[in-house]
This record gives sequence, C-alpha cells and structure tokens, in this order.
Amino acid sequence: MIWQKIKVGFHKLGSPPIFYRLCQVLSPWLWAGFAVSLVIGLYYALYVVPPDYQQSDSFRILYIHVPSAWQAMAGYLVMSILAVIALVWRIRTTEIMAMAAAPIGAAFTVICLATGSIWGRPMWGTFWAWDARLTSMLVLLFIYLGIMGLYAAFEDKRKGARVACILILVGLVNIPIIHFSVEWWTTLHQGRGISFVGESTMDASMKPPLIWMIVATKLLFTAALLDRSRNELIDQDRRKGWIRRKLGASV
Amino acid sequence: MLKSVLALLRRDLRLAIRHGGESLMPLLFLFAVLILVPLGVGPGPNLLSAIAPGMVWVAALLASLLALEGLFRPDLEDGTLEQWWTAPAPVGLLVATRLFSHWLITGLPVILFAPLAAQMLYLPDHALPVLLLTLLIGTPILSLIGGLASALTLGTKRGSVLLSILIFPLVVPVLIFATGAVSAVADGLSPRAHLGLLTSLLILALALAPLATTAALKLNVE
Repeated sequence: MIWQKIKVGFHKLGSPPIFYRLCQVLSPWLWAGFAVSLVIGLYYALYVVPPDYQQSDSFRILYIHVPSAWQAMAGYLVMSILAVIALVWRIRTTEIMAMAAAPIGAAFTVICLATGSIWGRPMWGTFWAWDARLTSMLVLLFIYLGIMGLYAAFEDKRKGARVACILILVGLVNIPIIHFSVEWWTTLHQGRGISFVGESTMDASMKPPLIWMIVATKLLFTAALLDRSRNELIDQDRRKGWIRRKLGASV
Repeated sequence: MLKSVLALLRRDLRLAIRHGGESLMPLLFLFAVLILVPLGVGPGPNLLSAIAPGMVWVAALLASLLALEGLFRPDLEDGTLEQWWTAPAPVGLLVATRLFSHWLITGLPVILFAPLAAQMLYLPDHALPVLLLTLLIGTPILSLIGGLASALTLGTKRGSVLLSILIFPLVVPVLIFATGAVSAVADGLSPRAHLGLLTSLLILALALAPLATTAALKLNVE
C-alpha cells in the first residue's frame, strides 16, 4: 500500500506542474536551513575553534575548501543519477534537473580550486602545483564546462539535455580513472584528514564546524538545484498554458 | 553482416585515398608542431630529449583532432548515416568499423613517422621502441574518444571548438600513462606498469566507447 503510494508520488514528480509546485514549497526551507547552518558553521569555524599549532589561523579556510570539494564531487554523483533516470525513463523533469546541476557543481569546483590556491600560497609557497588532487579537480571543472557547453550548443533543449546526459555518464566512468592516473603521477596535497568511521587524524575540536559547513553546502546545492530547475522550466514552457496561469496572465 | 562492414571499410579507405592531400593533413600538422617546438623552447639537445615523449604525444593528440570534424558529419548531411540503422549489421559494429578506418587514416601514419619525429627531438634510441608501443596502444584510444566526442557534438552547428574541450579531459589518463612509460624507459626504469594501465584503458575504451557513440549518434539522427 505504502509502496504503491510512494511510487505514485514519484511518478507525479515527472509532471512539470507538480514538480514546479514541489520546488516552490521546498526552496524557502532549504535556503533557511542553509543560512542557519552557514551562520553556525562559520561562527564556530572563525571564533570557537582554537588556531592550529602549525598553520595558526590560516587553516580556517579549510571550512570552505573541504566542504566545497566534497560537494563538487557529490554534485557530480547526483547529476549522474539524474542522467541515468533521464536516459532510461526519458523523464523531462530529471533531464532539466541534471542540466541545472552542472553549473552548480562547476561553481563548487571553482570555489574549491580558488580557496585551495589561496591556502596553498602561504603553506606550500605556490598558488598552483601539478599535483594529483589539483589536477583531477581541474579536469573535473573542464568536464563540467564541457557538459554545460554541449547543452548550450543545441537549439533543441531536450535533445541537448539527452546528449549531455551521455557525456555525464562518460565523465562518470572517466573520473576515477583520471583520479588514479594523476594520483600515481606526482603528489603534494595531503591525504584525507577526516573520517567518520574510525580514527580521524584531525583534532576533535576542529570537527563540529566542518560538519555544519558540509550540511550547509548540501543544502545550498539542493536549494540552488531546485531553483535553477524551476527557472529552466519557466523558460522552456513560457508559452504554455500552465506556466502562464502560475505566473499570472500578464506574461 | 560481414559484407556491410567490409563495404563500409572499403568505402572509407577509398574516399581517403581519393582525397589524397586532405588525408595527409594530420601528419603534416604533426610535423608542423614538432618543428615549432625546438624553435619555441630552444634547440638544446638536453631539454629537447627530456620533453620529447610528451611533445610527440601532444602533437599526435592535436593531429588526431583535425580529422574528427569529417568523421560523421558528411554522412549525416547526405543521409548515409540514417541508412546505418537499416543495414544488416548492428550499428555499434559499423561505428567501430568507421573508427577503425579513422585510426588507419590518422593513427597509423603517425606511428609510421614517429621514428623520424623522435630523431628530430633527440629521443634516446633505447626509448624509441616503447614510444612506438605506446602510440600503437594509445592512438586507437584517441580515435575512440574522438569518435565519441564528434558523435556528441554532431547535432550542434559549431562543433569543432566544443570538440576539443570535450576531448581534453577524457584523454588526460592516456597522455599520463603513455608519456610515463616512455620517460620511465629513458630513465632506465621498467615501463611495464604504465604499459599495462594503458592497455587496460584501451580495452575499456574498446568495450564502452562504441556503445556510447552509437547512443549519441542515434539521438542526433532522430
């Protein structure tokens, strides 16, 4: 019974008006949650956590750098799942969502690269190094840009979205390969300092703000994803009746 | 099935031979790049022999981009591509055939002329066999990835700029392992690990790229 209801609920999301309504309802809550967790996270990160014994205050950029790096990769995973759904079941709303996810993921990648090079200057003495993680993030950025460029090059938006979804999946196969190929090439970036299962090499007092910031980036991604999808839907369907009724007859 | 594959291969090669000069453009481009390198970075033998594996590979990569625009587009424009779906052979096999002929036209000449290119950049003699081996394994991957990218951009108006942006991130591992193998030999180390990884990339690309290319072509033909 419940399974049936969930199934029907998901099928309904394929309908643009219902999807539109869901985005409209969820978006303010997500933005509010993002604002709250961002304020808490930044307060702890900037005022409560003691300075690092080696890097003093400059390590605090970690609280932006690490969550955006995670989100840049998690965003790709979300986009790939949407792409699979879009290609297999040909649901238009998931096509739109997959395409809306690419610029957000690209933005997180840029934030990660920018904060990383700002952090790298005092710590490593250079803005950029041809290191494994840096290079794979740069390649990830170009994959994101390729997806956006390919989608934008098509006049028929649906066709463009489906072709770009194929590229998303090709990129998904390629990302681990790129990651390991550059990993074995040269390395400067430190290893993972935090883990949720088992020992963490990071001090326990540094952890809570990081978790808040990770929650904040997840909420930001989701909120931006829903808003962007809704805008894209308005743009594509602007001549259709249902969207005119939603926005008032003046359009 | 075999008949249509052979017919396609024969047609592609005949067209390449009749176009003559046009088919040689990638090779000429390769040498243009290789002549510019010593002029750009200075003709010192030490520097050149250190960067030789990377330069030969980058030049091969750029040369392989040149012929991609004509891989599927003329066939799309004159309607031949749509006939592939009515042919007695599976489309994936025809795509693989087309990519094979693309490799014969662009990849094979690069391998044949690579010893000359290596001499121009003072590559150590004992590293040459490994360079040829990496080209033999690696250039088919370039054709497979290039074919995929050109199928993806087929429905767009200006495909060529987009094409190189799509290809660049996908060929990073090929470049790393291929030049890694040659550099290892030049430094007196064993290239086997790099060559093994490069071969596994080729197997992966052979298995997956024709499928993805076929899917992309189908979307663009519809």
